[in-house]
Amino acid sequence: MTRLELVKRPQHSVLFSALSPFLAFALTVVAGALLFAALGADPATALYAYFVEPLREVWSLHELAVKAAPLILIAVGLCVCFQSNNWNIGAEGQFTIGAITGSAIPILLPEFQGIAVLPLMLLFGALGGALYAGIPALLKARFNTNEILTSLMLVYVAQLFLDWLVRGPWRDPAAMNFPQAPRFAPDAVLPEMFPDSGRAHWGFVLALVAAVLVWFMLAKTLRGFQVRVIGQSPRAGRFAGFSLRQNIFFAFLLSGALAGLAGIAEVSGAIGRLQPSISPGYGFAAIIVAFLGRLNPLGAVAAGLVLALTYIGGEALPSYGLSERAVRAFQGILLFFVLACDTLIHYRVRVVRPAAAAPDQVSPAAQPELSHGHG
Amino acid sequence: MLKRIFLTLAATAAVAAMTAAPSLAQEEKTKACFVYVGPVGDFGWSYQHHQGALAMQQALGGEEKVEIDYRESVPEGADAERVLERFARDGCDIIFTTSFGYMDATNAVAAKFPDVKFEHATGFRRDHPNVATYNSRFYEGRYIQGQIAAKLSEKGVAGYIASFPIPEVVMGINAFMLGAQSVNPEFDVKVVWANTWFDPAKEADAAKALIDQGADIITQHTDSTAPMQVAAERGIKAFGQASDMINFGPQTQLTSIVDEWGPYYTERVKAVMDGTWAQHDVWGGMAEGHVVMAPYMNMPDDVKKLAAETEAKIKDKTFHPFTGPVARQDGSEWLKQGQTADDATLLGMNFYVQGIDDQLPQ
Amino acid sequence: MGMAEAILIAVATAATPLLLAAIGELVVERSGVLNLGVEGMMLMGAVCGFGAALLTGSPWMGALAGILAGVLFSLIFGVLALTLVTNQVATGLALTLLGIGASGMVGEAFIGLPGVKLQPISVPGLVDLPFGRFLFSQDPLFYISLLLVAGVAWFLFRTRAGLTLRSVGDNHGSAHALGIDVVRLRYLAVMFGGGCAGLAGAHLSLVYTTQWIENMTAGRGWIALALVVFASWRPWRLLLSAYLFGAVSIGQLHAQAFGISVPSQFLSALPYLATILVLVLISRNRRLTMINTPASLGQAFVPDR
Repeated sequence: MTRLELVKRPQHSVLFSALSPFLAFALTVVAGALLFAALGADPATALYAYFVEPLREVWSLHELAVKAAPLILIAVGLCVCFQSNNWNIGAEGQFTIGAITGSAIPILLPEFQGIAVLPLMLLFGALGGALYAGIPALLKARFNTNEILTSLMLVYVAQLFLDWLVRGPWRDPAAMNFPQAPRFAPDAVLPEMFPDSGRAHWGFVLALVAAVLVWFMLAKTLRGFQVRVIGQSPRAGRFAGFSLRQNIFFAFLLSGALAGLAGIAEVSGAIGRLQPSISPGYGFAAIIVAFLGRLNPLGAVAAGLVLALTYIGGEALPSYGLSERAVRAFQGILLFFVLACDTLIHYRVRVVRPAAAAPDQVSPAAQPELSHGHG
Repeated sequence: MLKRIFLTLAATAAVAAMTAAPSLAQEEKTKACFVYVGPVGDFGWSYQHHQGALAMQQALGGEEKVEIDYRESVPEGADAERVLERFARDGCDIIFTTSFGYMDATNAVAAKFPDVKFEHATGFRRDHPNVATYNSRFYEGRYIQGQIAAKLSEKGVAGYIASFPIPEVVMGINAFMLGAQSVNPEFDVKVVWANTWFDPAKEADAAKALIDQGADIITQHTDSTAPMQVAAERGIKAFGQASDMINFGPQTQLTSIVDEWGPYYTERVKAVMDGTWAQHDVWGGMAEGHVVMAPYMNMPDDVKKLAAETEAKIKDKTFHPFTGPVARQDGSEWLKQGQTADDATLLGMNFYVQGIDDQLPQ
Repeated sequence: MGMAEAILIAVATAATPLLLAAIGELVVERSGVLNLGVEGMMLMGAVCGFGAALLTGSPWMGALAGILAGVLFSLIFGVLALTLVTNQVATGLALTLLGIGASGMVGEAFIGLPGVKLQPISVPGLVDLPFGRFLFSQDPLFYISLLLVAGVAWFLFRTRAGLTLRSVGDNHGSAHALGIDVVRLRYLAVMFGGGCAGLAGAHLSLVYTTQWIENMTAGRGWIALALVVFASWRPWRLLLSAYLFGAVSIGQLHAQAFGISVPSQFLSALPYLATILVLVLISRNRRLTMINTPASLGQAFVPDR
């Protein structure tokens, strides 16, 4: 059987680093054209609506920023987490708690007005997210509890807690007993950047600033060095005298704080009040963003914008006879191409024919008596 | 191979550039757009709205006259506003937003596009003259279901699968209880909150738990057909929800409250065509044909007769399900003898009537 | 049938799809691969299982189609994550996105149709024993899930091939040096995981509720993933954890029906909190946890020579 084989490049290919997104785009366009045609839509029109139209108008550029802001903010924190081998899958929960703790100020202290409200809300949101992420960190550091499970389970707990709050104690008395908290007063609203042309709020700028700061931290500071060393080899980190425990807390608290900040920025800037449903899964989508960005905070900015584009572009397609289901499937395919093309940066693909490959198949190091057959 | 891909790509891009210019020729078509909170395939809330949209298109002359566009599974957060704005920019003449969570977004976009009409289901905010609200009096059907349940239940216990404690659902539970009490004052309703509109497996579990705890009639205010199927397996009776679920329980379904949005959508889109559209707040019920009972089945004739009589009385408005004397759960008086509930109280209902064995979160 | 037995049966129905999906993922993770696409594979299994049962009239064909769909779908993950060594976490998440969309597309024709139920298997005579219905009159997938747990436990810890699989998961570098075809073995594991997830999905649409509705798994794939961790990658512990989770989920509904006046949101949160609490208690033994965690989990492997 002819098979594909990857050969590691001596160093990663600069050419393919630059080329891979374009190659992925080209493949996606071809696959999309085939899929859309098969579903009876005009491929050219649909692809244009998906990829180009959202970038052509000012208002949809605003929307791109609205959609990308939480994705980038969360993903930037996850970059640090994942680089240090801390598997925080629960950013969605930290996002939710951040939204709650940040909203506590305008909801519980309605008389408190003025310029200090908004910074305090953002601070509280970040604190809340950080504290919530501190739970899996504490359990991991103290009790060795697997953080994938704890962080994921805490997502559901956070969502149910929010649900209880807005249906019970924090319900807006003026809302006919419907489940929503009171609308934020103007001082508590994260303002729009250019209100005349669209609704993009300063959360997008927060995301960009966070990306640059975290990138600087990772690339240029001792702390960043620690994160990377421990991530690549915990043993080496220990020998270097870095505290693994401290590192766990640092990664979780930072990513939790950024997720919490994203949460309060979303409710304060984009929604305007606390309500049962505040996120269409940003915390999970941001995991994809972090990896598409190759765990680099600046890469996460680009990846966040790309993913936001696929969401917004996807919303246009039903007008061309493509169902929401087809759009979702297409988004999955697009991500596959992007991921697969990234492989070319580190590897060359070689086609191996069986005859040529046979002599190489058994590694010289293999000792017959030690090799466990699997036939 | 690569070369071929690039050639195909280039060709596709060229075609895209040429055909992308939007066609300027606008016909005399009215465009009605719909925003759904779930997939149209949920066979419940969103499905019925979409059926209503299709019925409207049919009634008003088909695709020649009315163009329909819709978005499914639109999250009730920041995304809703964008979807609405896109609709408004794409030339929709009237936009129906079919879930409570779209209230802020509907009013925000309506402010920007005064020429587009907006209709928001189940909400109460009409900040601008181009926003109307509409809802249906589903509680009318619930009252009839309560009567049937009390007639048929041998143990005098019904199981109620509820979604979320919002006034709409609380109102339904109360109406069901009042209907049941009109037949059997000792009737018991057990309530389980599923905390979801839509999770078939969990709804099935809730139905099983209720049956195991002694309920011998199941009714639901969640969207899937799973409770109906569980009831069928256990050999007891159940009520459908939102759509006619008779296929899922031919021997089981007693009746179902069918959300019939078609007549309303037809009326409103026609008003846009005629230029007579005006803001209003409509809460239609059986009389207007917005709430329809699926055929009464699987019950003795005398029960059918009782149900039909009540339905007739509600239709000609000689009877209101919330008619005094009615006491609150704590025993205090709510409605005096002969007094009927006002709409504002019903729409904001967050208390139980006497006899319900459950606590509402306050 | 007493109330206790009725509750047990409900728990078993709730636990079985979790167990089926999780036992497959356990094998995948033991081989060192993290496939987060369980939810997507389950959905494909659910819709294909439902459709095949409806079209052929045979629920067994449905179960088979569910497995097949899961296997085929997992191959997408295999080609990307194993052959092209893409990032496993991101690939799995993308697979879930694709699964949600693709299953919806396949299922458009099945909306609002009652399905074909996979009927329980009864052992005559034994059914009337105490708890006889729980033990001897359940749906076939219940028994299959138990057999799978026993089979996987035996395979992993009692066979040479199982040892090989675990060694690949613990250190793919040395396993490769020993002449083991790491990629091939992982393909097999991923396909097994896909088949199990597909069958779990088919359980939802053929046993749990006989219908197809978009997104009907409602997050169970994620719970299954969490349960694998919860069980610290041990099959028998997985059985326990799936039933614990099922029991708390069913228990909270009964508590409500019984009339306990605690906000339902807190009751709904119980299964998640209970899982965390128990995991904290059992993972305090650091050595035991380390032994069972596949050390190469989620790491890319390319045979170099």
